[in-house]
Amino acid sequence: MVRRQAATAEPIRFIDERTGAAPFARRMLRYLFPDHWSFLLGEVALYAFVVLVGTGIYLTLFFEPSLADTVYTGVYGPLQGRTMSEAYRSALDISFEVDAGLLMRQTHHWAADVFVAAIVLHLLRIFFTGAFRKPRELTYLIGVVMLFAALLEGYLGYSMVDDLLSGMGLAIGNGVALSVPVIGGDLALLLWGGAYPGDPTFESRMYIAHVLLFPALLATLIGLHLALVASRHHTQFRRLRAQTDRRLVGVPTFPGQAPRSLGLMFAVAAVLFALGGLVQINPIWLWGPYELALSTNGAQPDWYLGWLIGGLRLMPGFDVTIGGYTLIPNPFWGGVLFPAIVMVVLLGFPWIERRLTGDRSIHNVLDRPRDAPARTGFGLAFLSWVFLIFVAGSADRATVFLGLDYAGQIAFYRVAVWVVPALVFFIARAACRALQRAEELEREQHAAETEGRLVGR
Amino acid sequence: MRLRGWMIALLVLLGRRRRPRHDEPEERIVAAGPPSPRAELAVAALLVLAALAAALFVVLYAIEASTQALGGALAGALGLVAAALIVAGKHLVVEEELPAAYPEPHPEDQAAVGRIVGESGSRITRKRLLGAAAGTAGCALGAALVTPALSLGPVFDPSSLYRAPWRRGRRLVDTAGEPLLADGIATETFYTAFPEGASRDELGAPLVLVRVDPSELRLPPGREDWAPEGILAFSKICTHAGCAVSLYRTPKFEPVQPRPALVCPCHYSAFEPVTGGQVIFGPAGRPLPQLPLMIGAGRELVAAGRYSGAVGPSWSGVRKPPPERR
Repeated sequence: MVRRQAATAEPIRFIDERTGAAPFARRMLRYLFPDHWSFLLGEVALYAFVVLVGTGIYLTLFFEPSLADTVYTGVYGPLQGRTMSEAYRSALDISFEVDAGLLMRQTHHWAADVFVAAIVLHLLRIFFTGAFRKPRELTYLIGVVMLFAALLEGYLGYSMVDDLLSGMGLAIGNGVALSVPVIGGDLALLLWGGAYPGDPTFESRMYIAHVLLFPALLATLIGLHLALVASRHHTQFRRLRAQTDRRLVGVPTFPGQAPRSLGLMFAVAAVLFALGGLVQINPIWLWGPYELALSTNGAQPDWYLGWLIGGLRLMPGFDVTIGGYTLIPNPFWGGVLFPAIVMVVLLGFPWIERRLTGDRSIHNVLDRPRDAPARTGFGLAFLSWVFLIFVAGSADRATVFLGLDYAGQIAFYRVAVWVVPALVFFIARAACRALQRAEELEREQHAAETEGRLVGR
Repeated sequence: MRLRGWMIALLVLLGRRRRPRHDEPEERIVAAGPPSPRAELAVAALLVLAALAAALFVVLYAIEASTQALGGALAGALGLVAAALIVAGKHLVVEEELPAAYPEPHPEDQAAVGRIVGESGSRITRKRLLGAAAGTAGCALGAALVTPALSLGPVFDPSSLYRAPWRRGRRLVDTAGEPLLADGIATETFYTAFPEGASRDELGAPLVLVRVDPSELRLPPGREDWAPEGILAFSKICTHAGCAVSLYRTPKFEPVQPRPALVCPCHYSAFEPVTGGQVIFGPAGRPLPQLPLMIGAGRELVAAGRYSGAVGPSWSGVRKPPPERR
């Protein structure tokens, strides 16, 4: 009997004969995804990145990365006649005169905020379920590096615009670069091309880093991250007895997972464009052009830099000096050391945990947070430490909106950031152990009841 | 005759659609599932609506509609496609959960890789010599390739960080470039001043001016004549992280409220004017550099020298007390 050929047979043969891709495609189509909602957080980050690239390319077609002076003559009345940089002028034009320009700009900004948020939530999921353990330490390392690359990329993005807020952010960035012990002065001179505000080419440097170097780095790392995920397969929660460290159960890419995942992609894009269209973000025309001698009160960076502002604000005022010369300027503690500690702890955690537990075996089945009380306790304590410093960064807003005394809040946070994490550690660990015991009791009770029924019969 | 032929063909076609396919091979890769015409209809409807929303976006673009309308239409189109895909995923796609084995390590290949590397060096007798030579070449070449990066900035030249345009005799002007007169400086407010005839785009340029009652002054020794008539001038750039110090706190209810201070809005370092810019709160590690003032013949404000210290954020090697004073 001659079977009618499927319409797809010819193109598939064409491609396979020329690339040899059929075995690979077959494996990928039947690659298995264990099912759990929290496994989608990483995908949200991925799709936010796709939106970032798309909207970002659009913006590059109109943005002029130049600090050359120009006088604004555009449609936005309040700024007419103001001297400003071409960079800021072109960002205003994107907002007011390019059709759909403001939609793209705001969507780009929202996507950046969501991108970092999704990465952080994904990281929390990975951390508290122990998904970073062997054999996935490298996947995890790449993920943490991407988080920090994304922070820098976002900072560069809003710094290029040269409005007053971005200029203040750059001034702080320069102060933080200067604060690196011994090499700080040279580092800042090198990066900025001179003493702050630096050489006009600094704008070009930020631009090429923002539109090429960091996106290329992120795209490469995303590719590596996904390749490693696929090569070791996804982890899984133990929902079925068949799900062990050696066997997984999941939904195949095609046809099961593909519509869900693509649906998520379109949903993420829909939410981002809805935010970009309906919810104002970073209204640069209200900030005005950056001038060195100006600053505004109530300046807040994008949320993902809030922890650094908090770190800078919480430090008591001292520079470490030797014989009248400064060795360690103050911004070093909150702006360099603090994020460095967070990064090193995150990067090193798989090895730290392995050292402490002596567990060197392969783990494909995830822990629930209660299954590892010490890790959960430490993770929550560490999170509360960073989070409290983040909240301290908005103490000035609490002063404005709630009338709380600023100095009093700072004094409170200086103590709380050490006391609260310690409490969180012990409480979380105890809670995990209690949950474990409750489960054990329930199991025993269940076993006893079953036995009782059997005996009774 | 012709019509009958067509009708038979149609019946055959319709019949074929409903008849289970017995001619398919026994083993499927993807399990079969029951049809779901309602879900198909829903997906098709959602996709048509998505197309309409996308078309609406194009129309809105053409009539230069608002950002809100554009965003709403585009988000609507994307959201409807998402909904179609999710309905398809839930109701039109076969539900499969399949088992598979996790990948195992490859001990044989591992051993082979090690042996290939190890056995390839059989002709090499002085490994350390070659290793050292290769390391040297690598480091030197790396350094050579990195060297051009030094052109990025005036590295190893910290003097450029000290730069400030203020000299004895340079007049203070306001934002509009008009000379500032001593009589125009009131108490309980602050003024921004710039050096006459010099660039404003330097950290050392902008000043913040305040006037206090001269009896309140408690300036450090050597600065007795720096604040004529109680007018004080400081660098406007915070010594913590380089933001402009643009808040002036002048309490009305002493001593309940904190002392008067110039405050930076970035991290809330507070500098006390009457003591010469000492830090009284916040993370700044050095006082705000003070600029000595004098009042000229026409009552205009003039710099009487240089700053009391380095302007801007600290760096390793900056002197904490005033580096040099004239």
